[in-house]
Amino acid sequence: MSMQFILSHLNYWLFIILMMIGFYIVVARGNYIKKIVGLNVFQVSVFMFYISIGKVEGGTAPIFPVDMDIDPNVVYSNPLPHVLILTAIVVGIATTSLGLALIVRIREEFGTIEEDEILEIESKLQQEENSAEGPAMGGRA
Amino acid sequence: MANAAVLPALSIIDQLPLLTIVVPMVAGPLCVLFGNRHIAWLLAFLASLASFLFSAHMLLQVIDGDVLSYHLGGWAPPLGIEYRVDAANAFVLLLISGISTVILPYARQSVAHEIKKVSHTLFYCCYLLCFTGLLGVVVTGDAFNVFVFLEISSLSTYVLIAMGAERDRRALTSAYDYLILGTIGATFFVIGIGFLYIATGTLNMTDLAVRLADMDGNRTVQAGFAFIVVGMGLKAAIYPLHLWLPGAYTYAPSVVTVFLAATATKAAIYVLLRFMFSVFQPEFVFELHTLTWIIMPLAILAMFAASLIAAFQTDLKRLLAYSSVAQVGYMILGIGLATKISLSATIIHLFNHGITKAVLFMVVGAFVMRKGSSFTKNLNGLGKQMPLTCAAFVVGGLSLIGVPGTAGFISKWLLIDAALEVDLWWLALLIVMSSLLAVVYVWKTVEVLYMNEPDEGTIAKEVPMSMLIPMWVMAIACIYFGLNTDITLTSASVAADSLLRGGVQ
Repeated sequence: MSMQFILSHLNYWLFIILMMIGFYIVVARGNYIKKIVGLNVFQVSVFMFYISIGKVEGGTAPIFPVDMDIDPNVVYSNPLPHVLILTAIVVGIATTSLGLALIVRIREEFGTIEEDEILEIESKLQQEENSAEGPAMGGRA
Repeated sequence: MANAAVLPALSIIDQLPLLTIVVPMVAGPLCVLFGNRHIAWLLAFLASLASFLFSAHMLLQVIDGDVLSYHLGGWAPPLGIEYRVDAANAFVLLLISGISTVILPYARQSVAHEIKKVSHTLFYCCYLLCFTGLLGVVVTGDAFNVFVFLEISSLSTYVLIAMGAERDRRALTSAYDYLILGTIGATFFVIGIGFLYIATGTLNMTDLAVRLADMDGNRTVQAGFAFIVVGMGLKAAIYPLHLWLPGAYTYAPSVVTVFLAATATKAAIYVLLRFMFSVFQPEFVFELHTLTWIIMPLAILAMFAASLIAAFQTDLKRLLAYSSVAQVGYMILGIGLATKISLSATIIHLFNHGITKAVLFMVVGAFVMRKGSSFTKNLNGLGKQMPLTCAAFVVGGLSLIGVPGTAGFISKWLLIDAALEVDLWWLALLIVMSSLLAVVYVWKTVEVLYMNEPDEGTIAKEVPMSMLIPMWVMAIACIYFGLNTDITLTSASVAADSLLRGGVQ
């Protein structure tokens, strides 16, 4: 793997690093809000991936002149991935706000937003159910 | 408006692919704007019925192997977004809209019982948006559009599940877990689409199929395939990716569970089918390896492990949720075998399992309404007190096992047929053996319902007619499609054909 290869694919490396950071936060952190933040980083890395693939070498902004007198020698960047990501950003915002709203409700009902404390409360509820209704095989098998 | 004249004049019939989606999408916000829960229900029912009639009409149009292509906004594909209806998605559209139309009359009483009155309009709004998203995922012929509709349905699903918090606060954490996993799945799917776009420069599925045809060894395409399969696998609850499902199904309001179990995973399986067999060529070496060495073992694992876990559950709702994971295994197995018969088996099992699980979860909803919970301990001797409801459970249970004369038998028969066709007799044996596990958990429940004496001093009435009738419509459908297989078999085999033709006409 030459230096040339690494540099010419720089946007992909950055995308992968950012994506893995986000993914790691989602998996490793127990705080529900931090998980949402991780999810955001994860999603944003994909947005950046899309935006960077729209770039055409030497290309300018994809806007035709007003008089529509198009010079065939001018290279334009590809606007399509950008448009797609506009949609994905909206979806991302909706997901984040819904996630945060759920966290507010979880805090109201459980009094905490730490995953291990919630799991403890849930396993207590499970035990109460088990003693009342007979044992069940764990819900997370 | 100089170029307006260029657009072909379209009759209302030509607009059906779009109307199927737009009617529920517009009706959703209207539910909230009217602000009256009775009007909201009526709107939801009418919108769902309209989609059902449109889908039925489209299925009749494409059942001979034709394809309907609708150009959104008049922009021709591959540049514009195309809604493309062939036998495969018309059949799934009919399943989703049909089940929704039967569920809504049932929903009225059940929702009134489980959700507080002020939230009813919001509930029906989210229900319709979820319905829109699922139909959109199925009808569209544009890969990125699949993601958008997928997220519309997922986001409303998270809200619907969280509405179960009035009965059990664990609904909130289940919804949160599903939100995290669902978003990761959907984002994986987008990454996959991005890779395909890099390799081909197009998002239209038909166009993708053409351009991918000679890209077998392309690493980018292979990575894209992997991301798409894992992303959709999360949504479809393929065995090790099913962790969100039991919690979500258990704590969601009963109606939501009926709707999700009967339709949501089915839409995801359809997308898997579409990508594996239409967009990617099934002859691709990397795809064949995936099917043989990853998909098939996971399917077999799901059939046994999830059935086994189901047999040990004490909550009927959770039991059926695990059984759903197991049944997804059968559908995935059909994909793994990748022959025409096995694909027909998958498609027909989509349908048959949809109606079967609808009956079973409707019965659970009735139990929750009369007994407060669905723990098997609460259900002693209900066979005497709620005879019609329990009889519907027996019909659904038999169909789940796959007893001859019920819908479940047809799909398992076809699946065994597909296994024998490629000389995998041990696989046929495994299918029969895992069905025996279904006997265990269905019989366990039937025993509680009929053999045990009712608890002292408890009286449980039959649920109202508005819940019984939809339940029995589905139960009778289970028997009808077990005896008369013309409609389903023809549709499924035409659908399998149109999938395998790979969109390349």
